[in-house]
Amino acid sequence: MPSNKSVSDAPIVQFTNCRILRSHQLQRGEDLWVREGKILNPEKLFFDEKGSADIQLDCKDSIIAPGFIDVQINGGFGVDFSLATDDFKSGIDLVSQKILSHGVTSFCPTLVTSPPSVYHQVLPQISIRNGGAHGAGILGAHLEGPFISKEKKGAHPEHCLRTFEAGAFQDLLATYGSLDCVQIVTLAPEMKRSSEVIRELTKRGICVSLGHSVANLSQAEEAVQHGATFITHLFNAMLPFHHRDPGIVGLLTSDKIPAGRRVFYGMISDGIHTNPAALRIAHRAHPKGLVLVTDAIAGMGLAPGRHTLGQQVVEIDGLNTYIAGTKTLSGSVATMDTCVRHFQEATGCSVETALETASLHPAQLLGIEHKKGTLNYDSDADFLMLNDSLYVQATYIAGEEVWRQDALGM
Amino acid sequence: MRLVILEDYDQASEWAAKYICNRIIQFKPSQGRYFTLGLPTGNTPLGCYRKLIEYHRNGDLSFKYVKTFNMDEYVGLPRNHPESYHSYMWNNFFKHIDIDPNNAHILDGNAPDLQAECDAFEKKIEAAGGIDLFVGGIGPDGHIAFNEPGSSLSSRTRLKTLAMDTILANAKYFDGDLSKVPTMALTVGVGTVMDAREVMILITGAHKAFALYKAIEEGVNHMWTVSAFQQHPRTIFVCDEDATLELRVKTVKYFKG
Repeated sequence: MPSNKSVSDAPIVQFTNCRILRSHQLQRGEDLWVREGKILNPEKLFFDEKGSADIQLDCKDSIIAPGFIDVQINGGFGVDFSLATDDFKSGIDLVSQKILSHGVTSFCPTLVTSPPSVYHQVLPQISIRNGGAHGAGILGAHLEGPFISKEKKGAHPEHCLRTFEAGAFQDLLATYGSLDCVQIVTLAPEMKRSSEVIRELTKRGICVSLGHSVANLSQAEEAVQHGATFITHLFNAMLPFHHRDPGIVGLLTSDKIPAGRRVFYGMISDGIHTNPAALRIAHRAHPKGLVLVTDAIAGMGLAPGRHTLGQQVVEIDGLNTYIAGTKTLSGSVATMDTCVRHFQEATGCSVETALETASLHPAQLLGIEHKKGTLNYDSDADFLMLNDSLYVQATYIAGEEVWRQDALGM
Repeated sequence: MRLVILEDYDQASEWAAKYICNRIIQFKPSQGRYFTLGLPTGNTPLGCYRKLIEYHRNGDLSFKYVKTFNMDEYVGLPRNHPESYHSYMWNNFFKHIDIDPNNAHILDGNAPDLQAECDAFEKKIEAAGGIDLFVGGIGPDGHIAFNEPGSSLSSRTRLKTLAMDTILANAKYFDGDLSKVPTMALTVGVGTVMDAREVMILITGAHKAFALYKAIEEGVNHMWTVSAFQQHPRTIFVCDEDATLELRVKTVKYFKG
């Protein structure tokens, strides 16, 4: 029928016959409307613009959920974000394109502890950019280290660890070179002068995460009071929960979190990093703070064998990834959609909850939920079509299909 | 009049929907020759709307060449408020069918000049060639649209203050808080609906029984404004058994035929 849209002539697509994740529920009988890369309010279109859809697509009862956001991914498909190679840019492009098939529409390329030269060479090559057919959007880098604890270095190389005791924030800035496209910094809050550093980073809109640390609960709480809002891979690389000093884990139920703030925590639900019982304990203690991350490394998406993780060599055997010759876990080869499915199985939570831990919660963590992580009107139209078992069938960025599962299931 | 008595709410809704559907199909609407439908809101017509949507989904009924005119809208309620009649019509009807948004007319309760808005609505009906079938309901106080007791039976579209009965009946949609219920509305007049070529009034439930009795077994009276339709040449009252509870057995037997 003739459309008479007063606001814009751009085509309007109506996705019908689907179940949309909105307001924490899968809503049937609601269609998803998209125009110019954003989710459109069809009632406003009808009454204000007297407009209607140009194209109607039958989604065959698929689940439509916001695209996944991975805030901790070290590489994949042979690409290591902590290696300053000549073709770094094409490496990051490759990963951003490949993870579309895992349902990831935005991510934070993560750099593990590295020498300053690596940061100085690599960071200028990372730019915050929108996603599209070329790949998932880049929200900014996640710098995990080098200001972390020696005792909890995990797979990070000891000779690259640093402190900012001498010059606090200036030391940090000198190490990294530039913070222009940095979104998250993981550090150990027990380090001297961390409060100043946390305040300075928070002032610049950078999310501070606590991890690879031997902090006790009060040190962790103090860090939160200064602005820290995230915990890097809960349980891993921190003191274990103790009933008289719960350590960083205690933040999940701390009563010293400033009013109106929420502490989020990353979890790698690949079945290796955390026992399902521990996953359930964390989830039940603080369900709204759980953020699924992959912590994927270069070997993700490749055959088992040896790969690098920054300055280290890593051995992959099935789903297990260890520093070569040791039993120290180093990242994972899990994909985001596998993590979502595994999380849902292990906790028995609803499909809606599982999907939100990989979309809404990371968006809330980064303060971008007004445009990412939901299917609310006027949000960016980054979304997924999934079947009932939560396998991604198609990925859309800004309303355009950027990946589809082909009929042969490859 | 015709009085069509069905056993229960679902059957009454289905009968009404089928009647509307058949009327539209028989009319054979096309480009430049639209079928004009007057539409109600409230609880009663929900079943009828559901059935019409079903017929549309089955491919049996298209609203492409149908123009609609709603009876009323609250004054001062934001258009996207969940209880506005715009929201009601979008969620319960328009979003499920293929009507052209240019052909769906609802009074704007936030217009800067409310009387001008009402006058313009009357003109739009006139420009559309009048209403072929006006579907309405009945209030517990016997009102049609928001033509509250005491409304002139020759009234036109205008601003009306709502009666206490109506405000009380609506409170359940506003969390039971009387202070949140709108007190004024724009409404088509009794005369506006009387101008339609055919009128169908849906009445279901025991709580409407007394109003139905007053509307069809007593005289034409501005205190029970639906009674005006005793003087309309083509009116059908569609009701369920419960709505006939206050009628004389003789009346019911006659119409059950």
